[in-house]
Amino acid sequence: MLELYIVLILMIIGAIIAVETKDILSSIVALGKVGLGLTIAFIILKAPDLAIVQLVVEILTLIILIRATLGRDVRYTKENQNLGIKLLSIILIIIFLFFSFNVLKHLPEFGDPILKVADYYIKNGLEKTGATNLVTSVILDFRAYDTLGEATVLFTAILGALAVLRKKGLKREISKKYEGVKRDE
Amino acid sequence: MIYFLCFVLFSIGLYSILTKKNLIKIIIGIAIVDYSINLFFILVAYRIDGRAPILKEGEKIKRIVDPLPQAVVLTSIVIGLAVTALLVAIAIRIYEKYGTFDINEIKELKG
Amino acid sequence: MNRNDSKGMTVIVKTITRLTIGLILLYGIYILLHGHITPGGGFAGGVIIALSFIHIMLAFGSDVALKKLNKKWSKIIESTGALMFITIAVSGFLGGIFFNNLLDKGEPFELFSAGTILLSNIAIFLKVGAGLFLLFIALVFFKSGGKN
Repeated sequence: MLELYIVLILMIIGAIIAVETKDILSSIVALGKVGLGLTIAFIILKAPDLAIVQLVVEILTLIILIRATLGRDVRYTKENQNLGIKLLSIILIIIFLFFSFNVLKHLPEFGDPILKVADYYIKNGLEKTGATNLVTSVILDFRAYDTLGEATVLFTAILGALAVLRKKGLKREISKKYEGVKRDE
Repeated sequence: MIYFLCFVLFSIGLYSILTKKNLIKIIIGIAIVDYSINLFFILVAYRIDGRAPILKEGEKIKRIVDPLPQAVVLTSIVIGLAVTALLVAIAIRIYEKYGTFDINEIKELKG
Repeated sequence: MNRNDSKGMTVIVKTITRLTIGLILLYGIYILLHGHITPGGGFAGGVIIALSFIHIMLAFGSDVALKKLNKKWSKIIESTGALMFITIAVSGFLGGIFFNNLLDKGEPFELFSAGTILLSNIAIFLKVGAGLFLLFIALVFFKSGGKN
């Protein structure tokens, strides 16, 4: 699995560049690099369905982020927070990594899991649904309730974004009505 | 050892959420945390010498990669996109009202 | 930045867009319709269709893109997709359980096998595609409220 290690190390280097650069446009491009590395990792781990979805979603995220920040702000950010918060968060992260390293040794080996839940889906997938793509048969026939929940979450998020981005807010319309009336503050 | 590199990616995103001043850097940190969690699910579901979970014509099944976490992660990728889009919409609104993306100045102005 | 947005980009970008926009639409519909045979499905097809309309809007300016799919129609299409999905789910009550797979399952590897999976894919495709295009329209048309 040498290719997987190389792709993961490239993703970590890209993430460090995205977090530390002062120029905002460069950090958005580095976020795109992390997303493309994730697409290649999905292809290596034999999941072609996810690779297609991750690629197009990554392109859309980059377009939305660039549209929001270009021409709206100074390009160079100022320094970080004060030193106390930085030190405290580094100590917290080191403790978290130390404990997770000790826990991850007890997982089963990479590539030899002990999960047996999906055996039923693999054996009876073709005759009960008639679809040869096993992932589609799981999300649209065996577990269609989760897809209904996901469609609801997408609908609500788009509704929320449309409500936030209206041209004239409600307050301005109300204050236009009371323009002639005197208010005491 | 591979699982540990995935958690290092998670902690880089966490560091960016906790200590950065600019609002766009916080949104980038949340996106990096999303990517690392999706990668961890697919790493657990891999079998050595497995095939992709698509059946072919006239071929017997020997060893297939687990299809159940892939169905879960497919939903999670699209939800990550929706959350990022909503955060960006709120950030644009904040800039229009206060004139800056700096979170220390947003706390002090009374608006 | 606002004036450049409504006029579009240079001539090279416009020519390339005219050549490739039909291919992107065709590819998205192909990935949708073969969702139960090859990798893909409703989510990937919907995002690709939304990207093709955003491509028109970025290259030609916002007024040309809105003539092809204006705001009223995209709201109608998104609600239709959501209602279609719920209707397929509730009609499973005729068979006994919620979300029952009713229609018959033909031979594998044909285009019309696998029961209600094809209709569910089309419902999700309409919903995701129209919803993401609506989100992008809202981001482009947000100007400061007091100056207009």
